[in-house]
Amino acid sequence: MFQRKLIALGVLLALGLPSPSRAASDTELQQLRREIQLMKQAYEARIDALERRINLAENQADKARERAETVAAAPVPAQGENAFNPGISLILSGTYANLSQDPAGYAISGFVPSGGEVGPGERGFSLKESELVVSANIDPNWRGNFTLAVAPDNTVAVEEAYVQSLALGNGLTAKGGRFFSGVGYLNEQHPHSWDFVDAPLAYQAFFGNQLGEDGVQLKWLAPTDTYLEIGAELARGRSFPGSDRNKNGTGLSTLFAHLGGDVGASHAWRAGLSLVRTSPRDRAYDDMDSTGTAVTNAFSGDSKMWLADFVWKWAPQGNSKSTNLTLQGEYFRRTEDGSLTYDTAAASLGTATGAYASAQSGWYVQGVYQFMPHWRAGLRYDRLNGGSTGIGLVNSGALTAADFPLLGAYDPRKASLMVDYSPSEFSRLRFQLARDQSRQGLTDNQLFLQYIMSLGAHGAHKF
Amino acid sequence: MCKHLFRLMLAVAALAAIPAHAALNLLACEPEWGALARELGGDRVSVYDATTAFQDVHHIQAKPSLLARARNADLLVCTGAQLEIGWLPILLQQSGNPKIRPGQPGWFEASAYVPMLEVPARLDRAEGDVHPGGNPHIQTDPRNIARVAGALAKRLAQVDPANADFYQARHQDFSARWQGAIVRWEKEAAPLTGTPVVVQHKGFPYLEAWLGLKQVAALEPKPGMEPTAAHLESVLAQLQRQPAKMVLRAAYNDGRASDWLAQRTRIAVVVLPYTVGGSDKARDLFGLFDDTLQKLLQAAK
Repeated sequence: MFQRKLIALGVLLALGLPSPSRAASDTELQQLRREIQLMKQAYEARIDALERRINLAENQADKARERAETVAAAPVPAQGENAFNPGISLILSGTYANLSQDPAGYAISGFVPSGGEVGPGERGFSLKESELVVSANIDPNWRGNFTLAVAPDNTVAVEEAYVQSLALGNGLTAKGGRFFSGVGYLNEQHPHSWDFVDAPLAYQAFFGNQLGEDGVQLKWLAPTDTYLEIGAELARGRSFPGSDRNKNGTGLSTLFAHLGGDVGASHAWRAGLSLVRTSPRDRAYDDMDSTGTAVTNAFSGDSKMWLADFVWKWAPQGNSKSTNLTLQGEYFRRTEDGSLTYDTAAASLGTATGAYASAQSGWYVQGVYQFMPHWRAGLRYDRLNGGSTGIGLVNSGALTAADFPLLGAYDPRKASLMVDYSPSEFSRLRFQLARDQSRQGLTDNQLFLQYIMSLGAHGAHKF
Repeated sequence: MCKHLFRLMLAVAALAAIPAHAALNLLACEPEWGALARELGGDRVSVYDATTAFQDVHHIQAKPSLLARARNADLLVCTGAQLEIGWLPILLQQSGNPKIRPGQPGWFEASAYVPMLEVPARLDRAEGDVHPGGNPHIQTDPRNIARVAGALAKRLAQVDPANADFYQARHQDFSARWQGAIVRWEKEAAPLTGTPVVVQHKGFPYLEAWLGLKQVAALEPKPGMEPTAAHLESVLAQLQRQPAKMVLRAAYNDGRASDWLAQRTRIAVVVLPYTVGGSDKARDLFGLFDDTLQKLLQAAK
C-alpha cells in the first residue's frame, strides 16, 4: 500500500514539475499523461502480483511452522543401548496380622491340603511377596512377560514367564510358558490386585490360591459385538490339583468360555464356565493318624473340576472415579476318583491302598463398593461344602475315619470385611477383619493391615 | 462331558456370529475422535465410541464390550500420549487383532499430529499422574481438531483406498466449514482474552492457549489426585489475593470441589462439555465449541 502511495506521489510530482519545453503542445501533454497513466497501471499490476506472492509466501511459512511444530511435538525416542528397555514394575506389599488362633500347621478341614501357601500367614508384621514384572514386545509376532515373586523368606519363585502371540489375527491369541490359567475370574489376577488380603477359601482349597501351570494356551475371541471368548490349555499339571511327574504328554487340560457385555452405560458384566481335568499320580499330603503319628498319604486317580464365575460392575454413567460397585461370585465343584494310599513311608500302621472318591464344592460371593473417591469397602462370604468322601480303607474296616482326620466331614466358612484407601492409582492401604471357621472346632478372629504399592510402568486396569 | 461342552461352545459361537459389516469398523477411544470420524467418513464408516463425555478416560477398564469391539476394528482412533495407558494395551494384547497394533495403518494416535503442551521436564510419579508425551487433552482447541482431521482423512484413505476420493472430498468440505467456524469463534471469544480461570483438573491448557485464558490455580493438588481440603483452602487463600473469573470443570468431573470453592469465592462454576456428548448442545464437534464458548462468555459477563 505504502509503495503504491509513493509511486502516485512521484507521478504527481512529475506532473507538477515545470516543463522545460514551454513550447510543448497540448497533444504532447496529453500523450505524456496517457503514458504516465499506462505506467501507473503497469506498476499497480506488478504491485498486486507482488502482494499476492507475499501472501502466498506467508501462508507457506505458516504451514511450514505448523509442520515444524508437529515434528517438534513428536516425542524423541531415547537413544543408545537402553532405548529398547522393557517396561518394568515392582509391587511392594506387607501386612500386620493379629490372629486369635495359632496359624502354625493351618489346614482347611474336610479337604485334601492343596499344598499352596494357604491360610492367614504369620502373626505380627510380615513382608508379603515382592513382585517384579518385566514385559515388552519381543518382535512383531511375540510379547514376553516375566513375573518374579520374591517371598519374605528370601526364596524366589517364577510366578509367570510366558510369551504371547501378537500377530495371529482372527481373534486368536496363543500363550506359552508358565502362566496363570484363564479359568474362572480371579485366577488370572495377581495377588496385588485382589480386593482382600487373602484369596477366597475356594481358591485356597481347590487351587492352592491360584492355578499356575507350565504349558500352552489358545484363546479365541468371537467376531461379535457381544464378548465371547473360548480358550483351552494343555499343561504339565505340576501344581495342585495335579501332581508333578516324569511323563511325556500333558498332565492337565482346561477348557473355558466367557461371555460378557454392557447393559446401558452404567453396567458391565462377564460370566464364564470352566473345566479343569487332571490325573495326579502319588499326590502326597501330610496328616496325623489315630495313633498320633505324622503320616504321608497319597492320591492317584482322576480329578475333574467345574467352575462358574460371574462379575457385575456398576458405576454411574460408567464413571468409576467417584463411586462404583463390583459384585462377583464363583462356584467350584470337584470330583476325584481313584485310590488313596495310607502312610506311604510306613511310619505308623503300615502302608495300605484302597479306593477313594469325593465330590466337593465351594463358593464365594463378594461386593466391593467405592463410596467416595479413594475409599472402598467390601464384604466377602466364603463357604466350602465337604460333600461326600468315600475312603475304601475305612469302608472295608482296615482303618478308621480317625486315621484320616483332615478328610473328616466339615463345611468350612469365613466372613471378611475390608476397607481400603488408595491415595493414588499406585498405592493402597487396607484394613481387614475376618471370622475364619475353616478349621473344625476353631474360630479364628483375624485383623489385617496391609499396604500394596507399585512403582515403575503403569499397571493395567483389567476388568 | 468335555465333548458336550465343546459342542455347546461351538453352538453358542455360531449363534452369536453376526455377518461382518460392509462399512469400515472404527473404534474411537474418545467421543471427539468418533465425531470427527463420522464427519470425514459419513456412511462409509461404522464408528463405536469406547468412552463417553461423562467418563474419566484415564480410569477406564478393559471391559468385555471394549475387547469385543477391538477384535473387529479396522481402525483405532485414540488421543495417545499415554492418555489410555491403563486400558488400551490390554485391548491390543487380548483382542487378537493385529490390524490395530501400534505402527500398523489401523492404529491412529491423534496427539502425534498436534504440538503438545506441558511436556514434563522431569518424569516422576511424585508429580502425580503426568504424561511423558505432554498434556493429552488436545481436543479443547479447534485448531488441533483441524490438524487431526487432515491426518485422519489421509489415514482413512490409506486403510480404505476404495473410498479415498470420498474421504478427501468430505475432508475438504469439513475443513472449509471448520475454518469458517474457527474465524467466527475467535471473533466471538475476543472478550475472553486474559480472563483468569481456575481449573479442576489440568485438562484445559489447549483451550487456555487458544483463547488466551489465564490459569491461576488447579483444584487437584497433583494431576489425577482428588482435591483435598488442605489444598482447597490454599487455593481459596490464593484467590483472595489473586481473584479469578470462573472455575472450569469437565462434564465428567465430580462437582463437589468446584462447588465448594464457588460458594466461598462467589465465582461462577462453568461445566464445559469437554467433548462431544458432554452437554445437550454438544451433539457434534461444531456444537461442542459453540456450547463451550457460549458458557464461557456467559460466565465472563
